[in-house]
Amino acid sequence: MRTPVALLLELGVILAALSILGTLARRLTLSPIPLYLLAGLAVGEGGVAPVPASGEFVETGAAIGVILLLLVLGLEFSLPEFAVGMRRHVPSAGVDLVLNAVPGAVAGLLLGLDGLGTLALAGATYISSSGIVARLLSDLHRLGNRETPAVLSVLVLEDCAMALYLPVIAVPASGGSWWQAALGALIAITAVLAAFTVSYRWGHHLGRVIEHPDEEQLLLRVLGLTLLVAALAELVHASAAVGAFLVGLALTGETATRTRAVLGPLRDLFAAVFFLAIGVSVDPAELVPVLPAALALAAVTLVTKVVTGRYAARRDRVGRRGQWRAGTALIARGEFSLVIVGLVGTTHDTLGPLVTAYVFLLALAGPLLTRLAGTGAPRPRLGAPAGRPAPP
Amino acid sequence: MDVTEVLLPGVGMRYEFTGHKGERVGVVARRTGDFELVLYDAGDPDEGRTVLELDSEEADAVAEILGAPRIAERFADLTKEVPGLGSGQVEVRPGSAYDGQPLGATRARTLTGASIVAVVRGEEVIASPTPQQLLRGGDVLVVIGTHEGIAGVDRIIRG
Repeated sequence: MRTPVALLLELGVILAALSILGTLARRLTLSPIPLYLLAGLAVGEGGVAPVPASGEFVETGAAIGVILLLLVLGLEFSLPEFAVGMRRHVPSAGVDLVLNAVPGAVAGLLLGLDGLGTLALAGATYISSSGIVARLLSDLHRLGNRETPAVLSVLVLEDCAMALYLPVIAVPASGGSWWQAALGALIAITAVLAAFTVSYRWGHHLGRVIEHPDEEQLLLRVLGLTLLVAALAELVHASAAVGAFLVGLALTGETATRTRAVLGPLRDLFAAVFFLAIGVSVDPAELVPVLPAALALAAVTLVTKVVTGRYAARRDRVGRRGQWRAGTALIARGEFSLVIVGLVGTTHDTLGPLVTAYVFLLALAGPLLTRLAGTGAPRPRLGAPAGRPAPP
Repeated sequence: MDVTEVLLPGVGMRYEFTGHKGERVGVVARRTGDFELVLYDAGDPDEGRTVLELDSEEADAVAEILGAPRIAERFADLTKEVPGLGSGQVEVRPGSAYDGQPLGATRARTLTGASIVAVVRGEEVIASPTPQQLLRGGDVLVVIGTHEGIAGVDRIIRG
């Protein structure tokens, strides 16, 4: 075995740089994602510090990062939480979808993208980053707040929408004629629904096969199964990411909880590599022409997300200040917008740079704005009752 | 007391109740095992002010502190049935004469007639301890007997 010194050196420098950037971002209660994207731009083609030796590793790591992101998304899913979200916040989810996907679709049409590109852009503007938002709520000590369940419910319903959206978009993205795409999408959606059923009715059986008291065994089994299913899914043109998501859905209960804990650090590492790779794949020279479009799209969908959050919070009878907090908390877009672009980006030249710039702007603006919305003394509420009953 | 449960999807649970002085209290129980205690101000009843953050170990310790006296209270209910009989708690102080000694070495029953029916140690409750049971600093002995008997056990353990 030959030790690849150049690779080790480059990777070491990259990870050290990411850790410094991450610390910096966390200190300011910001998401590190925009900084990871910038780092990717810097080390990519046409950047200031190219890293030729680790290019292959970053590419492979990014693929694993997407798989782990989607696996954990599936693991996070729980039927009772979904049911609570459905009971209270279906109208919020509708408002969310219409207000935030439509601007993306319109922008896609204006920019002359084809059907797939338009659909991808609509998805990228629709989905808030549950990773950024959940972390933000915890960092800003908002878990006790009255508006928080509304925000989290909107996120859960968005993640469920992703379950149906990703297979639909992944199949045409992998090429083929329209009927192949339609058939593939149908199969993929059937697979998602089957996985829901399996996890609901027989999840504990699968859990018994996977479950092992030893953490190393658990990690090997889950990762092995996930990569196998992901590869199979990719073979039938349904995207590895969707396959990984299905595995996550099928694992429930105690197994899911333990797997989440074991996978956490691995997911964080490879997700960082994924963000880096997205930055690497974008040529800084291509970024400049799409900046005006990205800025306009970010401005519009920033406002529409605030409206969505305020609407959802109002449904839970939250007061004015809480509504603002909920609205601004949802602004951040992140990992899933980038996953969508990762799926279709290779076939569209402008989409990659556009969404990268867009996510950069909103992953930065979201945490900043929601922090501002939480400051300032509450206005005295004359004539209002001292306490409002909590939503049932 | 009414405790409202609110599901926080993807994060955990929140329990809310109104204390007897009128303050609204929330306890956020996260999936990770961490806890947060929040208070709601009258100015913005939607906004919680975090007053305490506990990891799972600290939360266990607090639960134990709040929960241990209750075990003795339950014994107290029991002894109400018999006139003249009472129950009490005696703490074995760390570094005291009986820290590390077996229960039998105290000769508490022989000298006072009162019985040590349980040893509360951290989370665990050792019910009906034998004379061989080793005592440790921090243990709380649950004693049943006459009031003089309980006071006697207290004097013995204090040394």
